[in-house]
Amino acid sequence: MKLPVYLSLLAGSEQTLADSYRQVAEAHGDEPDVHFLCLTLATQCDARRERLAAVIARYGAAPADDEPERLHTQGLGEPRTGPLGLLRDLQDVYLLASFADVTWMMVKQAAQALRDVELLDLVADSERDIEVQLRWLQSRMKQAAPQALIAAR
Amino acid sequence: MTDEGTTVTTGAARGRVRDVWGHRTPFGRGDRWPDRADQLLAEGIAEEDVDRWVRSACALCSNGCGCDIAVKDGRMVGIRGRIDDAINHGRLGPKGLYASWQGMEHHDRLTTPLVRRDGELVPASWDEAMAMIVERSRALLDEVGPLSHGFYTSGQLFLEEYYALAVIGKAGIGTPHMDGNTRLCTATAASSLKETFGADGQPGCYEDIDECDALFLFGHNMAATQTVLWSRVLDRLDGPEPPVLVVVDPRETPVAKRAVVHLAVNPGTNLALMLALVHEVLANGWADDAYVTAHTLGLDALRREAEQWSPERAAEVCGVAASDIREAARIFGTSERVLSTVLQGFYQSSQATAASCQVNNLHLLRGMIGRPGAGILQMNGQPTAQNNRETGADGDLPGFRNWENPDHVAELARLWGVDPLVIPHWAPPTHAMQLFRYVEQGSIRFLWISATNPAVSLPQLSRIRDILAKPETFVVVQDLFLTETAELADVVLPAAGWGEKTGTFTNATRTVHLSEQAVEPPGEARADLDIFLDYARRMDFRRDDGRPLLEWAGPDDAYRAWQECSRGRPCDYTGISYDDLRRESGIQWPRREGETTSIRRLYADADFPTYPEYCETYGHDLATGADVGEQAFSAQRPDGRAFLKAAAYSGPHEPPDDGYPLRFTTGRSVYHFHTRTKTARSPELDAAAPSVWVELAEADAAARGLGDGDMVEVRSRRGRLVAPVRVTGIRPGTVFAPFHYGYWDAPESAEQRRPTAANELTITEWDPVSKQPVFKTAAVRVTRVEVER
Repeated sequence: MKLPVYLSLLAGSEQTLADSYRQVAEAHGDEPDVHFLCLTLATQCDARRERLAAVIARYGAAPADDEPERLHTQGLGEPRTGPLGLLRDLQDVYLLASFADVTWMMVKQAAQALRDVELLDLVADSERDIEVQLRWLQSRMKQAAPQALIAAR
Repeated sequence: MTDEGTTVTTGAARGRVRDVWGHRTPFGRGDRWPDRADQLLAEGIAEEDVDRWVRSACALCSNGCGCDIAVKDGRMVGIRGRIDDAINHGRLGPKGLYASWQGMEHHDRLTTPLVRRDGELVPASWDEAMAMIVERSRALLDEVGPLSHGFYTSGQLFLEEYYALAVIGKAGIGTPHMDGNTRLCTATAASSLKETFGADGQPGCYEDIDECDALFLFGHNMAATQTVLWSRVLDRLDGPEPPVLVVVDPRETPVAKRAVVHLAVNPGTNLALMLALVHEVLANGWADDAYVTAHTLGLDALRREAEQWSPERAAEVCGVAASDIREAARIFGTSERVLSTVLQGFYQSSQATAASCQVNNLHLLRGMIGRPGAGILQMNGQPTAQNNRETGADGDLPGFRNWENPDHVAELARLWGVDPLVIPHWAPPTHAMQLFRYVEQGSIRFLWISATNPAVSLPQLSRIRDILAKPETFVVVQDLFLTETAELADVVLPAAGWGEKTGTFTNATRTVHLSEQAVEPPGEARADLDIFLDYARRMDFRRDDGRPLLEWAGPDDAYRAWQECSRGRPCDYTGISYDDLRRESGIQWPRREGETTSIRRLYADADFPTYPEYCETYGHDLATGADVGEQAFSAQRPDGRAFLKAAAYSGPHEPPDDGYPLRFTTGRSVYHFHTRTKTARSPELDAAAPSVWVELAEADAAARGLGDGDMVEVRSRRGRLVAPVRVTGIRPGTVFAPFHYGYWDAPESAEQRRPTAANELTITEWDPVSKQPVFKTAAVRVTRVEVER
């Protein structure tokens, strides 16, 4: 059974996402909406990962070299500055959140096949949260893009 | 005071600084609120001396009291309330009586344009000043484009002026960077109505006070902010069958003193309290299940948020007794006619929209909307804030149109004769705080501020002063006086004000008044409308067919254009003409062409404006502000049903800690309006509240060895305030200061030596949905200081 591979992948991507939100919050502290919301959203990621830990305890974690990771979700690296930097950082976080989102979707497929009600509950809550996170990132980027790309200095 | 400013109260209104609400005229439930004629004339002026009385409404709070201005020899010499006006039945409050006309006639009015030369503001002609503005505007449009321009307006202009500004901004220049100081006072009222009901529009009316059997004031110190409305409540409280009063406020306000239940919550914790009230209504079976099923969406999600909030848990977070929460919920859950009002205690605090939407939710759960006495008043702060929301000078699209709906944008494009692409609709309009951030970053380089004073009213003032003083930003300020903001401008334009120009404005209950010109403006001052039209002419803004974009000669043309823009929308003005407004004192919208009566209460039929093709917004997630979007909105098939929305409680973002152990909150004095530009020029009001103070609870004062009158420094991470202490019944752990006191009448560099503006301390933060800044919660410490008195 390879579900543990995906559960570990998911836990890892939530960790990366949380770290990245915190980095953006730190780097763009002069944008208070971005700052405070990113801290809140990071906490949401932590909560999902904590609940996921109980599932991993049941199914087990993936062996270290079970599936070679080719697309690495390493997070933001060094955050950028300025209006364009904000836009690019948010866009990178958007990709990380999308990765977590689609990973939850695959875990949901397995949970349905396994008739795992507890896991399905967790997936339902998580998908709802991440869907809002993705929409917020999109809303914020759409607002910032014209100014950053046309008028910013 | 100079001669022209000398006025002393005569007659019955003389003591109204002390007797703020005037004498009582008690009445019973369902009776007509008795009339009371309030009048004030300048010293030495008798009623028979008055040349004429000119129709208007008071513009010193959002209540909208109908009045007449007394004119003698071309000067305003007094005021009287209109008996035939449904809003006030003849009454006026102290600000209206003393400051409305005295605030206008003053020796230090601006009478000529000023331009900055070699660092100094010096007098100039209108031609010189306007030429400078147009030159800079054109240059930046050529070099950068429309995104270089920002407009920051007011809650105190007239409808016609806002609409002119909206058309200039959206169809002339095409910038999304337009907002008003209404963002600070009324944005959450609009947002909460939009999120719940699909469009802006006050559901209730003031007659609901006459009819209710329970009255809930959520963060609303009505006794100070709308004194005439509070007179109406006092008259109910002192009459037969008085309503049960419940108040949420950290301070022991005059309102709280009359309450049966006073919930003195910790600042920043409103949402926790509200979810507990929802919890209790659901848990005790007080909801009207048939109404909820037929007319709402979202009960399951609301239940999920609320079920975690027992009264005990909320009590712990909010710092109030669980039994009081239970009692408040029981009153809401078992009364037959509940009226709720909401204001800055909710709007300017943490999670503002989410908390204010819970008020709507409570009413929807109980089916208490649109019936006499059963209603919602999401209040406004300023007299004309409503018009800013309607006309879109705050960035919204005019007529409560939806920027995400291409058909709505196309309607406006047809109306204005421009390409829809000109009208910014790719994202939500830029809110005030973001607008100032763009100025700070140098991407907005042309900022036009009309009739507002951000150098005192925005949060974190040292930052705002720096932004306005940036040499590369061209700042135009249009005002009555040389305000703290005007002193930082590149061009200052002298504006005509109330009584010196004609126009309409609309109060917090959709009631439109016409305010007619009574006297000539001083010197070369011009009506704001004329200034905007002059700018449009000089910029040569045109429709696609070559005609001028704004072919308006004066306010009546602008009003008729607005009527057309409002046609078919929730705020339909097509049946309200200037002539109608000269016949009836105050007319509520909507009144459509051909109709002779208005709709007093919205949503009596529970048919809410949530139809996707009609609604003003597809809504937002209340925790983050994320757009819901057209598809997700339509997929819910709302089609006339209201939304029960909620968010998880997250608490204030700057809680007290060891370094800053107290919670700071700001508010108002009954004697002042905004930054005192008019009220401090009334000798009576200035004498009643001449300078800033801070309020501390007895325990907090005692712990620091402080008593009444001791000078303290209140310090936050952003700045400091120096003021004498008043020990009051405020909840322990909380510090209060009024926000009115800037520096225009203070000694040089007072902002450094002895700062008095409460916003030196406030945090740069805003609600994720309404974008209203958070003025009501910040962490501070208080220490004694020795300063010369």
